[in-house]
Amino acid sequence: MNLTIGHFLGLGAILFALSVVGVFLNRKNLIVLLMAIELMLLAVNMNFVAFSHYLGDMHGQVFVFFILTVAAAESAIGLAILVLLFRNKSSINVDELNELKG
Amino acid sequence: MDYQTGFFYFFSAVLLFSALRVVTSRNPVHAVLYLMLAFSQAAAIWLILKAEFLGLTLVLVYLGAVMVLFLFVVMMLDIRLEAVRKGFWRHVPLALVLGGLVVAELLAVLWTGFSNIQAHAVTSTSSGLVGKSNTHELGLLLYTQYLYPIQAAAVILLIAMIAAIALTLRHRKDSKAISPSQQVHVNARDRLLVVRMAPTQQAVDVAPGAAAEGAKA
Repeated sequence: MNLTIGHFLGLGAILFALSVVGVFLNRKNLIVLLMAIELMLLAVNMNFVAFSHYLGDMHGQVFVFFILTVAAAESAIGLAILVLLFRNKSSINVDELNELKG
Repeated sequence: MDYQTGFFYFFSAVLLFSALRVVTSRNPVHAVLYLMLAFSQAAAIWLILKAEFLGLTLVLVYLGAVMVLFLFVVMMLDIRLEAVRKGFWRHVPLALVLGGLVVAELLAVLWTGFSNIQAHAVTSTSSGLVGKSNTHELGLLLYTQYLYPIQAAAVILLIAMIAAIALTLRHRKDSKAISPSQQVHVNARDRLLVVRMAPTQQAVDVAPGAAAEGAKA
């Protein structure tokens, strides 16, 4: 049994679903929420690379390159906001972040 | 089943297990370490897919930089686990239903729609380049067709860096640090006050006690 694109797409789907479950379970812990977002991006990148390989098209890998760039920027700014938040509120509980509520 | 398939199943199993542990582990430090394991397994799977440059980039950039950043932040923050873990298992049924729905939908679309695609013998770009390394092909695309997007990506990284520094920068009130520019541009009269006065001065009587002490001296 050789590897087909279905194997990789299935892996990406299961990984994405696991990170969705993670968002639900850890909806109070901001750090684990950021990690779940990283896992989702990894699952999407897995699909891109699989299609790029099986269709013989390099543009998918270029797209993964840009996704990695934006994900790095996103996690850097997210962690900076997290540090700022912890400095001001001494907590990363999402439920306590209700200051913008009118 | 050839050895490639075996490696794929091994890496996938470790990847899924570590992803599960990322979202369920009690300690955030353990979660970050499992996330590093997950990314390394994903890099190995990308190597199976002959995306060598991206796999190595994932190891260098993600494991080397982003995950270490995560680890620093997790260790820097003092998280009260009880408050964060409260109600952890309450939404499990909903989460499982939604996760199962996501898997079912994605598999229904992707498996039925794309399962008949056969692997190309040689990965070739649209420009018909054959026999180059993966990095070579990616570079050829990035620096010709995607020249402006890559500049935009560089600007995004720069903005992210400036934003992260500006967000976390703070001026401490109790800091004794000196400003070099203020120190260089100081004048002599800012530091030293020369008072012109006569060499001798008559003592003034302010109080009887002070006058007596002055007389004694």
